[in-house]
Amino acid sequence: MPSMNIFNIAGSGMNAENLRLNLVASNISNANSISSSIDEVYKSRQPVFAAELKNIMDKNHAAGGVNVLGVVESQAPPVMEYAPNHPMADELGYIYKPNVNTVEEMANMMSASRAYENNVEVLNTAKNLILQTLKMGQ
Amino acid sequence: MAINFDNALGIHPQALALREKRAETLAANLANVDTPDYKARDLDFKAVLSQTLASNTRLERTQAGHIGGQSTVLGADLLYRNPQQPSLDGNTVEAHIEQAKYAENAVQYQASLRFINSKFSGLMTALRGE
Repeated sequence: MPSMNIFNIAGSGMNAENLRLNLVASNISNANSISSSIDEVYKSRQPVFAAELKNIMDKNHAAGGVNVLGVVESQAPPVMEYAPNHPMADELGYIYKPNVNTVEEMANMMSASRAYENNVEVLNTAKNLILQTLKMGQ
Repeated sequence: MAINFDNALGIHPQALALREKRAETLAANLANVDTPDYKARDLDFKAVLSQTLASNTRLERTQAGHIGGQSTVLGADLLYRNPQQPSLDGNTVEAHIEQAKYAENAVQYQASLRFINSKFSGLMTALRGE
């Protein structure tokens, strides 16, 4: 019978991709959040994935799921725009736009949703196999 | 006469256990499709099965402290996949290939399962003597 481990593995994959989708949503929805200060402007956020350590260290054990190490903010400089008439412009006449690259985020979103779908398929197949195995000998 | 399941079922329970382990490995590959530096793994089914059968000779344990011989499939060596195309982040998972392998493995699992089932129904027929 396929062990329950496969559910944990696919589940951790779905969890990671789900976080990635959430961050993409956050980035895209804040793509136009203008700020009057370089420190307060929204910065693009990206997840950091890592395989579970035991998988890397142990050559002979079945692989594990995905660990989400955390979320990092992009270090790319925010976009400065000279708009002296803008109500949020600072004293020099600049407004600051987030460093979100919408095209990149859309590609990210496609990749995340496809990967999520893959994990769901894996889960469904494993579930069917388990159900068949439970009927063994009947 | 006692029924010996090992003789009756033959190679199939071990094959099933190996298929399960392979499904797990392939699922992990698919789950880690976006993990930087993750290397895709797989096992060489044929080699591992023959190795499992070869090491399956049971050692008799006459004392409780004796260590039993290896009879599990968990000693299987996981190998690394050679990717068709390199990727920037060092990840060697290619989702389409892993998906195909996973589907193949699922079908093979079902085949093994069917073999076991037919062995069982053969046993049942023999027992009933109808």
